[in-house]
Amino acid sequence: MIRVTRKAEFSASHFYHNPNFSAEENRRIFGKCNNPHGHGHNYVLEVTVAGEPDPDTGMVLDLKELKDILQREVMDRMDHRHLNYEVPELAGQIPTCENIAAVIWRLLEPKITKGRLDRVRLYESPDLFADCTAEASGAKDGDRGPQHTGAQP
Amino acid sequence: MTQPLNISLTRRYRFSASHRLHSAKFSEEENHRLYGKCSNPHGHGHNYALEVTITGPVDPATGMIANLGDLDPFVGREVLEAFDYRYLNEEVPEFQTSVPTTEIVTREIYRRLSKFPKARVERVRIEETSNNSFEIVEESPVNVKTTA
Repeated sequence: MIRVTRKAEFSASHFYHNPNFSAEENRRIFGKCNNPHGHGHNYVLEVTVAGEPDPDTGMVLDLKELKDILQREVMDRMDHRHLNYEVPELAGQIPTCENIAAVIWRLLEPKITKGRLDRVRLYESPDLFADCTAEASGAKDGDRGPQHTGAQP
Repeated sequence: MTQPLNISLTRRYRFSASHRLHSAKFSEEENHRLYGKCSNPHGHGHNYALEVTITGPVDPATGMIANLGDLDPFVGREVLEAFDYRYLNEEVPEFQTSVPTTEIVTREIYRRLSKFPKARVERVRIEETSNNSFEIVEESPVNVKTTA
């Protein structure tokens, strides 16, 4: 099995706020990320696909195809957007690195038809990243992915 | 059915410290042969990079596995304050009886960080230089599963 990783970068703004918390709790829990005007990051996305190389092409999948999928599913949705307001898939969730990585997984996973999606790694900064992988099969049922809070910024 | 996902969060820290690789169990000649210039009696230093990976359910109220407002001060207290700008052999008690190779330093840091009360520390990785890195991955507990 070979793992193939493609990298992409996008820039977006966000802030953290849960309407179920008081203003004081929001400030205490989210700190400066709670600034209502938002702030931004240059996100770096690494998408890893695992599979066997096709004997005819030598490729697990065509990286150009993967690039196009990333463009359509992620860049077009998130690049130069405000994640709280402009990405419906994140509605009701705090747009943390953990939740964004899980949303990206769910957008990409059905589109990868050659090989299988192995890992989504999302860097919010060079010093902070989230990894999203499928839970090992055979695990008990239950979704550990992000859950909706009903939160609306 | 939605596919269950594993999410982890990795935070990167830095510290600078000096150390010397030298064991009282070996003769001077053996130390020199084994550790080479790392055995220089006055020690030498590195800019270490430390990666700490936590896993667990993402709290739907915060969108977080654990709040960096808890992780950063914990790592600061347990590791950075004790290691940054220190001579590891002399100033970290655990290394007075062991050789602070980066393997042993990684293990000691993992031991300290595994006590983090807010999430499971799954992995500790240290870059001693840009060419050398060391990591400890917690063996996954079998059939242990937490839910948000």
